[in-house]
Amino acid sequence: MTDGLTEYALRLGDDSLILGQRLGEWCGHAPMLEVDLSLTNVALDLVGQATLFLGIAGDADKLAFHRDVLDFKNCLLVEQPNGDFAQTIARQFLFSNWQELLFRELTQSRNATLAAIAGKAVKEVAYHARLANEWMVRLGDGTAESRARIVNGLDWMWRFGDELFDVDDVVEPLIASGVAVDVRKLRGEWDQRIARTLSEATLEMPKPRRAAKGGRIGHHSEHLGHLLSEMQFLQRAYPGATW
Amino acid sequence: MSVPALKDEVLAVLAGVPDPEVPCISVVELGIVREVRADAVVITPTYTGCPATQAIEQGIRAALDGHGFRNLKIETALAPPWTTDWISDEGREKLRAYGIAPPPQGAAKNSLREDVACPRCGSARTEEISRFGSTPCKALHRCLDCREPFDRFKCH
Repeated sequence: MTDGLTEYALRLGDDSLILGQRLGEWCGHAPMLEVDLSLTNVALDLVGQATLFLGIAGDADKLAFHRDVLDFKNCLLVEQPNGDFAQTIARQFLFSNWQELLFRELTQSRNATLAAIAGKAVKEVAYHARLANEWMVRLGDGTAESRARIVNGLDWMWRFGDELFDVDDVVEPLIASGVAVDVRKLRGEWDQRIARTLSEATLEMPKPRRAAKGGRIGHHSEHLGHLLSEMQFLQRAYPGATW
Repeated sequence: MSVPALKDEVLAVLAGVPDPEVPCISVVELGIVREVRADAVVITPTYTGCPATQAIEQGIRAALDGHGFRNLKIETALAPPWTTDWISDEGREKLRAYGIAPPPQGAAKNSLREDVACPRCGSARTEEISRFGSTPCKALHRCLDCREPFDRFKCH
């Protein structure tokens, strides 16, 4: 069992790493060049965050490329497949609005490294959230086709939102000592943000779903293993290979 | 050598190290050299995931070694986070001359702003083409008067 701070850093780092990898899958495949640039730029920021957070937990490269699926601590939301463009945007919408609030609070952490990473990354995440919010509106208040797709995409991603606000006995002591953010307190503000953008996008709040959880303790969907098989291929085929 | 003299000499060396992605300005003008101490040069990355970070460090290392500062270490500090307000006025002018609209001084607080003057003809009538550009620090715009597309260094 790792110590609390290591575990917390793994969770933060794995969220960023896995979503960064997912967005990277769009490289060369996005519906237009501007979107290709946007998604890969966001991916780059996320991989940068992951490098810093995983650096708290150990050797970032080793953690990224040598762990197996059960040792990853990301939330289930970020490992969900890209689906169509709307599903990707729905995932980003839920995640970036959460991450912006999380990092805003994490800048106050009593752990100086966490606070420094958050202070740096929060400015970048504001950009990610705005990108996702604008696309939610464009797709929702767009054509019948784009609307149907974003409704479907959001409906799928919605069940993974609750996990973002869970606190367990790993994080509880870190909250008490001022190191970790109490994400439960961010729920109201996140709900408001989500509702505001959905209203602008002329979309309904999705129907409540049974929440899907487990990522924080390594219980993942089948999708994560497939993602890792691609991300980790080189280090598994040629252990220790360097650039 | 006294510390202030060393500092001046090291800064002069670093003034000759270009940013690898925006080579018209130096790492000093870009504001990523934060401190020169008797034992180390402290630098800070621009964007968290900027791929140039490693190349910048290598460029600085080579310049220091080449000028007899082999004993100076390079340290990276994340806080306070880099901001475009740290780009020098001279650096801003060089960006503009290079065709990249520089971020206005003091504008970092309003990082999502989009208004920008064309770096070629100076017209304020411009539009955003793509909020994300060829590097994390840039967005793509177009001038509605001279019709030239151009990069804008994002306020950050």
